[in-house]
Amino acid sequence: MRAEEGLDVSKLIFEHLGDSYEWHIVEGAVIPLPCILIGEQGVDVFMSNKLEHGATYQGYHIAEEGDYEGKIVNAAGERPFDISITKNVLELFIVCTLLCSVVLGLARWYRKNGSKKAPGGFVGMMEAVIDFIDKDVAKESIGHGYERFSPYLMTVFLFILTSNLLGLLPVFPGGANLTGNIAVTLTCAVSAFIAINFFAPKGYYKSIFWPDVPIFLKAPLPIMPTIEFIGVFTKPFSLTVRLFANIMAGHIIILALTSVVFVTAKMGTAMCASMTAVSVLFCIFMNCLELLVAFIQAYVFTILTANFIGLAHDE
Amino acid sequence: MILEAVEAGMSLAQIGAAIGAAIAVIGAAFGIGMIGKSATESIARQPSAAGNIRTSMILTAAFIEGVALFAIVVCLLVVLK
Repeated sequence: MRAEEGLDVSKLIFEHLGDSYEWHIVEGAVIPLPCILIGEQGVDVFMSNKLEHGATYQGYHIAEEGDYEGKIVNAAGERPFDISITKNVLELFIVCTLLCSVVLGLARWYRKNGSKKAPGGFVGMMEAVIDFIDKDVAKESIGHGYERFSPYLMTVFLFILTSNLLGLLPVFPGGANLTGNIAVTLTCAVSAFIAINFFAPKGYYKSIFWPDVPIFLKAPLPIMPTIEFIGVFTKPFSLTVRLFANIMAGHIIILALTSVVFVTAKMGTAMCASMTAVSVLFCIFMNCLELLVAFIQAYVFTILTANFIGLAHDE
Repeated sequence: MILEAVEAGMSLAQIGAAIGAAIAVIGAAFGIGMIGKSATESIARQPSAAGNIRTSMILTAAFIEGVALFAIVVCLLVVLK
């Protein structure tokens, strides 16, 4: 939906969903983030406000169009090795700091008071969550030997849950689209891939390459082994796409509903007022749904990984 | 009707992507509706198993939703390229 002087809705939505070199809070209040680039001229570290409005600094500028639109390129249009602290990277740091402080604080509470009093309040709630993942997810799905994987499953559950919830907040420590970024979900799926395939007993590898099926399905043409081998890769791929698409779709819907208010602003007062009321109601509903989806997606990722680990250990 | 839309500026790719997304959503809604139906019937037959049934229902619904979202991602790629 475009208007000559109005709001470019799709550009707004994709700006909010994507990564950027600065953290944009309100119009005029922008937190610049460090850019760390390693190119032919060595290492360059500078704040990203040197590059705003298309300026060139140290030979680097942000490309306006083409394959690398929105990313830093050098004078020849090539990308340097870019390890800048972008919005998503800073959000990752915030999530990890939050998780470490909460979990390590819990551990300290238990070390001091574990044998003396029963937990209440926040500690009690976290104990319920951790116990749920330990017993109802890890032990149910993996069975014998689940203790090795329980910390990993707990980490992945709490990380995805915290990132999803922070993505729903509109203001500073939240609001970055972390799990809606396919690179982040791909990394979570790669960690699941490692946990499933590299800690499995020998019977698992045998069941992929020489499964227990009639001989005509494996001897002249390895049909079943090929299918099983492809299955090894489709499981983490489906984990990636499920989490990414769910969270990204939720963010797009909420942003689009909010933009309804601004798009109808030019169409007269009655239209704008009624559409604003509709938009606010739908936004409340969508935010509640997204809260539910945040919990469900974290739970589904964890329980599917636990199931796949359990299947690998059964063989 | 399609030719008029094409002349009006949309391309066949965009029409195809929109129709594809709609068909994917119909399939997903149908599948998840069937899961909900059998889950509620099972809970009505044996209320003490409600916890187990609820867990299986959520898990299976997440699988189906994942597949529908593959289709949505493909449609979005078509529209954005």
